[in-house]
Amino acid sequence: MIHDLEVGTAAAVVSEDVYFSPIATLEVPHKAVVYAGDYLNKLSGESVERECRQRMAEGATELIVDFSRTEIVNSIGVSILLGVIDAAKSNGATVAFADVNEGTAELFEMLGVTNHVRLINN
Amino acid sequence: MNDLLNKTAESPKTNGGSKIVHAFGALADLGAEVANRSNFRDTIRTSLHLLLGSLGIMRGGVARYSRFEGELSLAAVRGLGDEFPLAISLTREDERAFLECGTRALEVADARDLTLLSLSGWILEAKDIELIVPLVVHDELLGMLFIGEKASGERYTTHDKDVICAMGRHIGVAISQRNLLTELERKADETRKLYDEMRTTYNDTVRAFAAAIDSKDKYTEGHSTRVGKYTEIIARELAWAEDEIEGASVAGYLHDVGKLTVERKIINAPYKIDAKESKELNRHPAVGYEILMPIHHPYADVPLAAKYHHERLDGRGYPDGLYDREIPYIAKIVNLADSFDAMTTDRPYKRRRSAPDVVEDLRRNSGLQFAPEITSALLRGLLRETSGDSKNRRFRKLLGRDYMETENLTPLLRKTLDEIGTTQAITLSV
Repeated sequence: MIHDLEVGTAAAVVSEDVYFSPIATLEVPHKAVVYAGDYLNKLSGESVERECRQRMAEGATELIVDFSRTEIVNSIGVSILLGVIDAAKSNGATVAFADVNEGTAELFEMLGVTNHVRLINN
Repeated sequence: MNDLLNKTAESPKTNGGSKIVHAFGALADLGAEVANRSNFRDTIRTSLHLLLGSLGIMRGGVARYSRFEGELSLAAVRGLGDEFPLAISLTREDERAFLECGTRALEVADARDLTLLSLSGWILEAKDIELIVPLVVHDELLGMLFIGEKASGERYTTHDKDVICAMGRHIGVAISQRNLLTELERKADETRKLYDEMRTTYNDTVRAFAAAIDSKDKYTEGHSTRVGKYTEIIARELAWAEDEIEGASVAGYLHDVGKLTVERKIINAPYKIDAKESKELNRHPAVGYEILMPIHHPYADVPLAAKYHHERLDGRGYPDGLYDREIPYIAKIVNLADSFDAMTTDRPYKRRRSAPDVVEDLRRNSGLQFAPEITSALLRGLLRETSGDSKNRRFRKLLGRDYMETENLTPLLRKTLDEIGTTQAITLSV
């Protein structure tokens, strides 16, 4: 869970419905949280990427991808996340991954993804 | 793959096993993707994702090669930016070099001799492209992979390159399949065009034959052509498929082809011909069959229509005196079209009959000479025009405006259709 990361009032308005939707975002100034689904594959990955790009276009400079519900990330998911990281760099934004499970964290570590993002709340 | 596993076992990296398991997963997914996907662009995009995600590669692209244009064109890219060229020219020397190399990962830094790199090397360097991988299948250069830096910042190991090449071969197969499919589609398109041209030629020939048949009979000029058109109308009213309608029309056009061998004076006799002449004339269905049979028609029933178009449901027709179900359906349609035209056109020995008279004749002979549902189809077509339900003027063009505007023809057609609707075709056993 990433409530403690949030500042301002936005976190308070999160409803359970929003939280349990595959992808939803919370917004505070310059910060956006994007929720990954339970299986980060092509379909859900592209939605995450779209959402991240949208948030950056709206001015977010801190992106947090919440993996609290994510059990598996496949190769397509990794590629998409690298695309998000690359896009964030080009936009002068930072990316953090929250609540990544152990298996996925090992995968990110092994592939060097963690060289470019912070893992938080692990 | 065993090779890959062995190499991994030798790897000093502690996570080598996990890496290879992850790469295997990506390779398996890629195999399924190449085998199952029908949308080529999507397949290539997904393949690129799988390749980049398998080794944690920041950016890359897949290009297709057109030998005809001597050009690599990008089919999918990730992270290469807008300035990366969509198409890169390749010289024949480059192509030869890549073919000799096969599907192998080439370090950009080590491949300075290639014209490709002298022309586009700057952009590859600007985009941190570290490897280029020619996609070669069956000694044909099909495309190229452009591989950027790893997220880990490490150099590519031999194992990494093996994984990239294994996946590259899958992508090459996907491109090869696509090329084959495109070629097949092109050939199918050519064949379709050729078939259409042949069909046009065939139909033109059929019409020319019909005109030749009709030219023998100065009193029934245009008869075969009209029978062809009536047959087409009836088949359409019977809701036949378009190619079946075309076949029926051909059968109508050629039904009297046997008359080409009948003496002109018999055909043109301005009197009722005698028994001997009648015997000669009545040979024309069998002769027509003999003429048409050796020809390979696109529609199988054409010779049968010629042979049996003078048969009647009640068995009193010729040449074989067949009964109802023994008569080919197409011959029943041509029989009605032939009789209808005979009744509605002037003949050497009698004027054409009035529309009500013709309708009455059809009613009276429905179930005896004519199949009721076929008679109904013809009358339905007529009614559609006289009642204004159809804007099509097929009958009007063939019969003339005055004929179609005969007083009370529409109610007569409705009444006759009702009556024929209850008529059963006689089904006599032989």
